[in-house]
Amino acid sequence: MEIPVMVGAGLVVIGVGMGIGRIGGSAMDAIARQPEAYGKIQTAMLIAAALIEGIGFAALFAVS
Amino acid sequence: MSRSTRFTLLNKKTLILIVILISGLVFAKEKEESSKNLPAKEIQKKEIKDYIMHHLQDSYDFSLFSYTDEDGAHVYFGFPLPIILWDNGLKVFSSSRFHHGETVAEVDGNFYAISHNKIYKTDQAGTIIYDQEHHATNIAPLDLSITKGVLSIMFTAFLMFFLFKSLADSYAKNGRIASGAGRFFEPIVLYIRDDIAIPNIGEKHYKKYMSFLLTVFFFVWFLNILGLTPLGINVTGNIAVTFCLALLTFLLTNLTGTKDYWLHIFDPLGTTMKWYAKIPLYIILIPIEVLGIFIKPFSLLIRLYANMQAGHIVLMSLIGLMFIFKSWLGSPLSFGLAFAISLIEVLVALLQAYIFTMLSALYFGFASEEHEHHNEIEAH
Repeated sequence: MEIPVMVGAGLVVIGVGMGIGRIGGSAMDAIARQPEAYGKIQTAMLIAAALIEGIGFAALFAVS
Repeated sequence: MSRSTRFTLLNKKTLILIVILISGLVFAKEKEESSKNLPAKEIQKKEIKDYIMHHLQDSYDFSLFSYTDEDGAHVYFGFPLPIILWDNGLKVFSSSRFHHGETVAEVDGNFYAISHNKIYKTDQAGTIIYDQEHHATNIAPLDLSITKGVLSIMFTAFLMFFLFKSLADSYAKNGRIASGAGRFFEPIVLYIRDDIAIPNIGEKHYKKYMSFLLTVFFFVWFLNILGLTPLGINVTGNIAVTFCLALLTFLLTNLTGTKDYWLHIFDPLGTTMKWYAKIPLYIILIPIEVLGIFIKPFSLLIRLYANMQAGHIVLMSLIGLMFIFKSWLGSPLSFGLAFAISLIEVLVALLQAYIFTMLSALYFGFASEEHEHHNEIEAH
């Protein structure tokens, strides 16, 4: 019972990591293209990252 | 009072603040030095785990550190806090009567014991009966105690009140120019106004939410930073605290919601469709939107709680490595990693306060939105 839950949580965390990684990478690209929009891009990036991060924590909660 | 003396006073205050914050980072490591030295590795691992779990929880006394001396007796450094119970009348006594949960406290002929960080009414021997799921079946009296967490919240509240009150006074005296600590806090306050509140809520409505956003930002930030000090406080890593903060956001969002906010939830398609075409869509849409009202603050509370909790666990586990490796190689490694994570935690403390404020502002923005429906339709 324990192990499938843990594996599932691990998979979710992998997904979350990929998601946040993509957000960070895309934000870098966007800033490189438009350095003057740095502030706006960073804000949008943080919000999106925070929303995805919540799912990761929810998965970790399922385990603990 | 001359201008220069006031400057030195404020500088002293700032200096003390900075010294406390920095010393916290340094001493947080030294706290664990006094820990146990048992031979068996398994017992030690369990002890480190227990220590981390104990640190994450709230407690009835403010103990800075503890150790077991050569005779096997537990020695605690700290001070007890008042316990306030409502059990057929108000019972107020010091938590020193529990001797850190090791003995039963007798108050007016009633006996109380601590089990898993909760106070239960017991008999004289302090027996606690557990059911099959290992929940205590004893009566738990209504607990209004001033615990470590409550004391930290009170301290932060007083600190914030006097800090910002004195800043407001200094602005009035100084001809609306920041001085002393104000030079540090003014840009932060302005950042919250210009980069969080106005873009998310809008020029028109942002003012009524500013006091909440500023309060919640500094409250969360100060408590996060306090959690990194050697005091061993973990307030924002307590789900009850983050629940209350998120509840405030939830109430403010929904109580100040405009007509358009509620229309967006219960009639998101508006006049773009005939009413009979909307029915099958709304069977799915409205429950999702209504659920969204609750999920938004829920994600706020989980995010803050889990981030702070995770940070504390990682930090303490890395320090615990020192006692598992027990070699000249392990200690520098453990110290280096813990130091790096501490620095990241300082960033996370600020980032979490920022995100909490930011998302609250975003939700307030939803609540105070005012659509101009005509323009929208014409644009399509």
